[in-house]
Amino acid sequence: MRVALFITCFNDTLFPETGIATVRLLERLGVEVDFPREQTCCGQMHFNTGYQREAIPLVRRFVKIFSPYEAVVAPSGSCVGMVRELYPMAAELAGDNKLAEEVEALAPRVFELSEFLVKKLGVTDVGAYYPHRVTYHPTCHSLRMIKVGDAPLALLRAVRGLDLVELSQAEECCGFGGTFAVKNADTSAAMLADKVRHILDTRAEACAAGDNSCLMHIGGALRRQRTGVATVHLAEILASTEEEIRR
Amino acid sequence: MKQDAFSPGGGAPFEVLAKESLANSQLRRNLGKATTTIRQKRAAAVGEMPDWEELREAGRALKERVMRHLDEYLLQLEESVTRAGGKVHWARDAREANRIVASIARGHAAREVVKVKSIATDETKLNEYLEREGIRAIETDLAELIIQLSGEESSHILVPAIHKNRSEIRELFLRELDAGDLSDEPTDLTNTARLYLRKKFLEAEVGISGANFAVAETGTVSVVESEGNGRMCTTLPRVLVTVMGIEKVIPAWQDFEVFMQLLPRSSTAERMNPYTSFWTGVSEGDGPQEFHLVLLDNGRTDVLADERGRQALNCIRCSACLNVCPVYERVGGHAYNSVYPGPIGAILTPQLVGIGKKGPDSLPYASSLCGACYEVCPVKINIPEVLIELRGKVVRHKQDAGEGWRSRLDPENAAMQLMARNFSDVRLYEASQKLAKAGQWPLARGGVIQRLPGRLSGWSAVRDLKPVPRQTFREWWKKERGS
Amino acid sequence: MSGAKEEVLSRIRRSLKDVPRNERPEDVPVERGYRTESDTSREELIELFAERVSEYDATVTRVEEAELPAAIEKALRRRGVRRLVVPPDLPEGWVPKGVEVLSDADRLSNRDLDASDGVLTGCALGIAQTGTIALDAGERQGRRALTLLPDYHLCVVREDQVVGLVPEAFDRLRDAVQSEGRAITFISGPSATSDIELERVAGVHGPRTLDVLLVGRALS
Repeated sequence: MRVALFITCFNDTLFPETGIATVRLLERLGVEVDFPREQTCCGQMHFNTGYQREAIPLVRRFVKIFSPYEAVVAPSGSCVGMVRELYPMAAELAGDNKLAEEVEALAPRVFELSEFLVKKLGVTDVGAYYPHRVTYHPTCHSLRMIKVGDAPLALLRAVRGLDLVELSQAEECCGFGGTFAVKNADTSAAMLADKVRHILDTRAEACAAGDNSCLMHIGGALRRQRTGVATVHLAEILASTEEEIRR
Repeated sequence: MKQDAFSPGGGAPFEVLAKESLANSQLRRNLGKATTTIRQKRAAAVGEMPDWEELREAGRALKERVMRHLDEYLLQLEESVTRAGGKVHWARDAREANRIVASIARGHAAREVVKVKSIATDETKLNEYLEREGIRAIETDLAELIIQLSGEESSHILVPAIHKNRSEIRELFLRELDAGDLSDEPTDLTNTARLYLRKKFLEAEVGISGANFAVAETGTVSVVESEGNGRMCTTLPRVLVTVMGIEKVIPAWQDFEVFMQLLPRSSTAERMNPYTSFWTGVSEGDGPQEFHLVLLDNGRTDVLADERGRQALNCIRCSACLNVCPVYERVGGHAYNSVYPGPIGAILTPQLVGIGKKGPDSLPYASSLCGACYEVCPVKINIPEVLIELRGKVVRHKQDAGEGWRSRLDPENAAMQLMARNFSDVRLYEASQKLAKAGQWPLARGGVIQRLPGRLSGWSAVRDLKPVPRQTFREWWKKERGS
Repeated sequence: MSGAKEEVLSRIRRSLKDVPRNERPEDVPVERGYRTESDTSREELIELFAERVSEYDATVTRVEEAELPAAIEKALRRRGVRRLVVPPDLPEGWVPKGVEVLSDADRLSNRDLDASDGVLTGCALGIAQTGTIALDAGERQGRRALTLLPDYHLCVVREDQVVGLVPEAFDRLRDAVQSEGRAITFISGPSATSDIELERVAGVHGPRTLDVLLVGRALS
């Protein structure tokens, strides 16, 4: 199977290691990965902050670049959510029926990494090895927008050496919310404080999630407070193997 | 004077008011406790319904049907109520509604009226209006009484005094109700209110209520409640005036089978609330012998004009979205500065009062778009989607209203324009990635960024920022895989 | 005021310009995929009703038809009721001797009702799913104020009045509303409030105590 990697601008620029892990993982599972170089940003930040006029050209670009592919995979629930759940609204706001049709055709072929693995490839054991105590934060858009269900947990449970600990009030938002964290910094900080407290309560070494944006927010506080707890993207856990660690 | 849902609390934006609430640890504790409790209970009450999703879908569809044909349903409602012996009044705005109520009360020489909790009349600020007209409106809902006695504003649709604890309420009752010996036990406090209000109920000539639903087909109006003050107000006085937003109409009697299952479980997490009254005009020898129904617009028809935003009118005021909202849980209702707080308020208020006002314009941004509200909404209002739509309207309004240079100078707008341009062309995008790596050096210290300038400083107040790595993903790909 | 009506209606029509002119309300589909009839057996329904009513701080006593007067007497004695309000058409045999009867046949004043010790009525129906009693101002119930002002309500529910689900209840009540315009009251336990720190307090403005006598055939 051949897929296009939608790396997302955020991962491309700030978390290249997540992209690299995604490529290694997919290839290890026999998936042929293509990276359309023309891709930039799906337009989520603009769209969700209210700059919808500005987002629409980015929507068009995305649709044009990724439409030729049978499947598109991204290591981000949030950006996949934008494409699957909000592109139809964008096309409607643009008043462009043709775009709406193209979106309708493309959207069901765009997958978040964990759902691609579990629902599309039908694997839960990806042969990973990660000897750490980990807790998992199900980010809001993965959970409620694109409804990945327990695919990430199923994948984590199959990772050898991994001690998965339950996060209390896991389903509550960490307070990131894109520009929300800047515009409503105080409220965001209050939400973050509780999330961090729950993470620390698990005594995990690392908090994992399927979205680096939330992880950057959570990790920023974990580092500022010198907790010693790391954040790690799900893709990096799944990509890691015994041979690699021993090497 | 135009009255609207948004209180003229100086018009401060949400983020400013939230700061105050966030620093109030008593409020945070009360809210945290209350929202957590009711969340769990709601989940249990909904969990025992195997057909919950089907009910939600029916509720949503019925509301959509009503909104798309609101004019017909209102005319039908008027006809049914009139046939049943009631009188229907139409009010374009708050002032008109208040005037109608006051003139009815004056017509019966009422100096005091009893009132059952109604957000519509909070919106029109009816009590203040009546006060000026020399008529005292007694709030009879326990929480509303507490709010009225303390001269505060409600902070929750369903539990307006959610921000007050028992000892604060005890002090208030000792001061305002002349209650002699009083403990801070809720039972004791409740009984004090019962005795005070019983007298008022027996004396009142005129009762005022809101409405949860009004049936176009039969003219039946209903009030869903717990305490019995709703029954008192709609049964004992000789004259009953009900003020309802025009969006509260439902098509048929049968439709209660949907809404009366959705509402109690979503709001108080009960299988059924203690009391619901359904009355159809005037019944001879039973209850009020004069019934007035005031149909209030006050901005609702503006909400109706937005095809996506109009779903905000589907709201049945259960408050489930408040209880699950992580923002509401921490800041409470006052920061929304509106009679409609929480996620639903964040989409309803700005639409009711119109875009272009500083305070209400900040409300669509009072959300992390986590989607918890949409998940629990009994009539499936896609609140996140409407929030995003309204953000778009706010931005467009700013861009179009701000003269060319002003919107260009607005730092957020300028940054967004620049980024949009960079994202539109992969060469510009790659160049800006390089620039970001080069440009961050004044900020990065020892591998982390601890302080950001200007508007971004809120981020770095509590979080470190990871600097931009040396190599982007696409650079790695190019190196590894060639072009 | 007719100006207001015309203006509100025209605003609505202006706002709904996206709705095709020939669309009728019924054209907007409403899928009623929820349950409308209970598939539980009668006996289980009766038990469920009793269980759910009692979960609301109300008591439920199951009695046989023949035992009803004795059960009423016992309940009134237990609650210390001496001045009892009754609707005009309450069966005579229901009221025990030694209790002062305030019949609404004489049109009691609100003060009379307030000064009474309790009220005894029948009901229109009961809903098992929610433990709700519905009054429709019909037979053995009287007008609304009767069951509102007294501090104690003793309600007689016949087993054959119990329906399973909420939709069944609205279906049965339709006639009373549609053809007679009678007022309906749903009662699910005594009044309650959770307005102070979300702590439930039973008994605010309506009757603070609700006892239900569930009348049926003999229990095995």
